[in-house]
Amino acid sequence: MTAATRGGWFRPIVLAVPALWLLLFLVAPLGIVLLIALAEPADGVPPYRIGLSLDNLVTVLTDPLYRAALLLSLKVAGISTLACLLAGYPMALAIARAPERWRNVLLLAVMLPFWTGFLMRVNAWIGLLRDNGWINALLGGFGLGPYRLLYTDTALYLGIIYTYLPFMVLPLYARLSRLDPVLLEAASDLGAPPWRAFLRVTLPLSLPGVAAGAALVFIPAVGEYVIPELLGGPRAQLVGRLLWEVYAANRDWPTAAALAVVLLVLLLGVPALVLRLLRRSTQ
Amino acid sequence: MLTPTTRSVGGLVIAGLTVRYGQVNAVNDLDLTVRAGELFVLLGGSGSGKTTLLRAIAGFVQPQAGRIALDGTDLLALPPHRRPVNTMFQSYALFPHLTVAANIAFGLRQLGRPRAAIRDRVAEMLALVQLEGFGDRRPHHLSGGQQQRVALARSLAPNPALLLLDEPLSALDRGLRAETRSELVRLQRQVGTTFVLVTHDQEEALTMADRIGVMRDGRMVQTGTPAEVYETPANRFVATFLGAANILPAIVRPDGLTLDLPALNATVRAAVPGAPGPVLLALRPERLRPGPSPGDGANRLDCVVVDHAYAGDSLTTRLRLADGSELRMTQSLRDGLNATPTATGVSMTVSWQPGACIVLRE
Repeated sequence: MTAATRGGWFRPIVLAVPALWLLLFLVAPLGIVLLIALAEPADGVPPYRIGLSLDNLVTVLTDPLYRAALLLSLKVAGISTLACLLAGYPMALAIARAPERWRNVLLLAVMLPFWTGFLMRVNAWIGLLRDNGWINALLGGFGLGPYRLLYTDTALYLGIIYTYLPFMVLPLYARLSRLDPVLLEAASDLGAPPWRAFLRVTLPLSLPGVAAGAALVFIPAVGEYVIPELLGGPRAQLVGRLLWEVYAANRDWPTAAALAVVLLVLLLGVPALVLRLLRRSTQ
Repeated sequence: MLTPTTRSVGGLVIAGLTVRYGQVNAVNDLDLTVRAGELFVLLGGSGSGKTTLLRAIAGFVQPQAGRIALDGTDLLALPPHRRPVNTMFQSYALFPHLTVAANIAFGLRQLGRPRAAIRDRVAEMLALVQLEGFGDRRPHHLSGGQQQRVALARSLAPNPALLLLDEPLSALDRGLRAETRSELVRLQRQVGTTFVLVTHDQEEALTMADRIGVMRDGRMVQTGTPAEVYETPANRFVATFLGAANILPAIVRPDGLTLDLPALNATVRAAVPGAPGPVLLALRPERLRPGPSPGDGANRLDCVVVDHAYAGDSLTTRLRLADGSELRMTQSLRDGLNATPTATGVSMTVSWQPGACIVLRE
């Protein structure tokens, strides 16, 4: 049997595995969500009637409640992404420029939190932030406080930035570590002081890493449910929390599905727009 | 602006320079003077310290001792971006995110030149390196030779007092290299900027340099014009590093006109300045000729043919001397290979003029 004929049956099978996987766990669920989003709410099990109604989508897009939640989510995710970028860029740069034997140790330190469960770490923040928690105890030592930290926007942002920072640092590091140091020497040789060499060479060449990191932080942060639920105040009605409420408490599956569809379109659209702008600015 | 001028700027004086990497002195108590407007070639093998010296002038390494002055200004007091010195990097180091024109304009922007002046200068530099119309391309869309020219244009654009070139031709393929060599010399003459060029290629050094500095183990072994360094090498290392040389141990007789070759039981005539005693006699292969020389007073040695190496334009013959040591003789094939070379194992006499003798003291 020749290699070509063996390739005849081997290739489709290899390709069929990921195709089947995507079909089962991505395309099919999306189809179901879309189907429910177009259905009409009903009393019963399941709580909808299959149909072709755009009412749910219109409600989600026009009702101030949903619009406010979507806008707030975009705002929180946007600010968190920016904060992660501002905190993560110097970290990634420092790791990329550290002596080689230190780099892996520092990278490990960035990833170390993943060794512990996510819920455990968020709960640890509750212990740190609550009125009689560690932070207020420390501040009390200086005669300050106690301050209300838990269930505030501060706690919400702290939790999101803390959780997603590694997703910003890693792609930035990957990009910055591949930057040829001789380019910085060339910039310096041509008269650029260090800060201008950074602005003109390091920063533009790291933009693909910035885009990747921003997408990895922004996308999950928009739909974040656990952090606003556990750390945020009652006003932190992010879209993830609202979706859960509509789905579980109100048993309004079609509206919840419509909200999910709108969220998905937003999450695909915003990064695509950012990427396009970035590409234009680097060309 | 590009009229051929003898510029009075770009004179470099280095004194007592030492650069240490850990325990190793990469550059060791080195003195060097480069004259304004000349093309100076630093020649040395890997690890000779030539690149470190270049990086110290550019400001990328900090020397432990010594002085570097350009036209009387102490360079060591300035950070790299303040030095009126530009570098053409071995890898070119072109900015991949910028167009060719923006690469060339980079140094001019840092000087804060007006936009129109930058545009004119970029156009001028593109014309200088014959890349008109390439300004909008990205570096990775250019061939190696074109990238090399962009790198040159970029480093020359701010009109530095001194241009450092780190192995500028090493990334080019062989055919292009020879052509670019003369192009680079022509360009240097045209702009009149002082060039300090680092290379490990002796042919490059001989053909391009106004003066050569031969480096070894972080020290400057000899400086001089290509002819000076080739014809009167300072020592055995220079004699064998620049071109080929047959080295024979010899003893200078007190008359100063004769050398004894004790191992060969022979005597050789040569004008030898300096004291009598043991020396090394260096003979360039191309200065030897087969057979007893027609002229009077020629030196001769008897030997046996070992083999031949035919190189198209020349024939190099390996010969064995009476004491078993080897001698190389290169004949130019000016008229082609018109006779069969002497067969292996056949005895032969080689001769040379006394003036071809190079006497080395170390």
